Amino acid sequence: MAETILFVLMAIGALVGAVAIVAARNPVYSAMGLLGTLFSVAVLYVLQLAHLVAAVQVIVYAGAVLTLFLFVIMLIGVDKSEDWDEKLPYQRAFVGGLGGVIVLFAGALTVFGNFDWVPAATNTIPEATNGTIQAIAELLFTDWVLAFEATALLLTIAAAGAIGLAHHRREQA
Amino acid sequence: MSWPEFGIIAFRVVVTFVLLLVVTVINVWAERKILADMQSRIGPSRAGPWGILQTVADGLKLFFKESVIPRKVELGMYLLAPFLAIIPAFLIFMMVPWGKPFMIGDHEVALQGADLNIGLLFILAMSSMAVYGVVLAGWSSGSKYPLLGAVRATAQAISYEAAMGLAMVAVVVFTATQGEGGTLSMAEIVERQTGTWGDISPVLSFVPRWNLFPQFVAFVIFLVAIVAETNRAPFDLVEAEQELVGGFHTEYSGMRFAMFFLAEYVNIFSMSAIAATLFLGGWAGPTFEGSLPGLISGSLPTIYFLIKTYAIVFIFFWLRATLPRLRYDQLMTLGWKRLIPAALTWLVISTVAIGFRQFGAPWS
Repeated sequence: MAETILFVLMAIGALVGAVAIVAARNPVYSAMGLLGTLFSVAVLYVLQLAHLVAAVQVIVYAGAVLTLFLFVIMLIGVDKSEDWDEKLPYQRAFVGGLGGVIVLFAGALTVFGNFDWVPAATNTIPEATNGTIQAIAELLFTDWVLAFEATALLLTIAAAGAIGLAHHRREQA
Repeated sequence: MSWPEFGIIAFRVVVTFVLLLVVTVINVWAERKILADMQSRIGPSRAGPWGILQTVADGLKLFFKESVIPRKVELGMYLLAPFLAIIPAFLIFMMVPWGKPFMIGDHEVALQGADLNIGLLFILAMSSMAVYGVVLAGWSSGSKYPLLGAVRATAQAISYEAAMGLAMVAVVVFTATQGEGGTLSMAEIVERQTGTWGDISPVLSFVPRWNLFPQFVAFVIFLVAIVAETNRAPFDLVEAEQELVGGFHTEYSGMRFAMFFLAEYVNIFSMSAIAATLFLGGWAGPTFEGSLPGLISGSLPTIYFLIKTYAIVFIFFWLRATLPRLRYDQLMTLGWKRLIPAALTWLVISTVAIGFRQFGAPWS
């Protein structure tokens, strides 16, 4: 019962945040909408017993990435209100139409659908160890250690590359 | 969940919250009194004995003052920011075990807001959320000094959080060798620091089994990082009075200002409590069970915890009275070029040493 209530609250929070990201006129409010969405989704992860994923989501996305977004938004002048005369003749209508079709399709599927080709949710409660750090660490550092190390290397290369590019530009100027 | 369990959880949360509020009120007074003593002044002396009710009087005054809202603020964020500052501050302390668990009937009552198996990560998450209050307060005030303070706060928080996290990692790796498998739960980390180092050498049988001794370098790095994280002197560029008036809270007044003020002192206490938990063994200590009345030996751990935490809180006050403020480039140099490399080097050294002890030399 408590789970359902929490799910509904957090789902609403995530949706309101998501709408706020695109609807807000001020980019700082967009960033706050993103924060709300990330946070609500983190709570949903907790409901799925994935505590580690929730914590990482808050630390990395809400804590670090979004703080950088906010930093950039503030430094490039938030006083200037955005230019709302856009030169997009048909894109808006196109996206609206596409979105409508998807919503209609999903609605139709929900009401009349045949769920055989959607993998059914197994109604078993996951073990308490699922999603805990030990379980994830065991997978990460045994079966998937190569992928893990390769990702770490990739991120290091990306960071080094970003620094290199920034210095390259400065020398040219 | 049965009713007794629900009652225990409610008890834990409420008592932890009240404890935090009480110590914060005392801390504000203690800082003023200690600073005054170090500067050969008397300090607050009028309200109550030794002026101990000064904070209460100030709090009441701020509560009844008009909270001025300047005309050019972004109202929504301006009103939200104090809450974003204070909520993470309180949530961090919920992870800290501040006393030995005891039994009521057949239910165990842990003296801790909540014991998550991701306790340390939760602390990191909340301390990175705390910066939003400062940033939004600075930006939404629509004034240049708060904005500058907010920009400084963001850069500082990001820089020093890395060093803090790395110091924590060294402790976590070390803790994993002290029991069955690794853990991030704060209660378990304290549990593994009970006893003494007597098993290594009989000479050490009077040295408590704190992480402080094997992880001293990590402790120093952590201490510097938490002073910077809480924006305290000598890292208080965020609210440098001579340059920025009051920094991010310049445009706040009355109760809204008091919330930022409260959040700062709550953060000092919870960060000190975390340092005491990770390095000084939290509530661990001799309880003399059996030879002392149960009530006394049961409350001794809480007293140990408070003594250890206040030792670190005192360092905060001491630093403020002693050191001048860093320049901004010095702050960044210290964070990125000194602390983070030092933390990384220590992590490697400590991990290799642990590997040797666990598995022997790789060439043997």
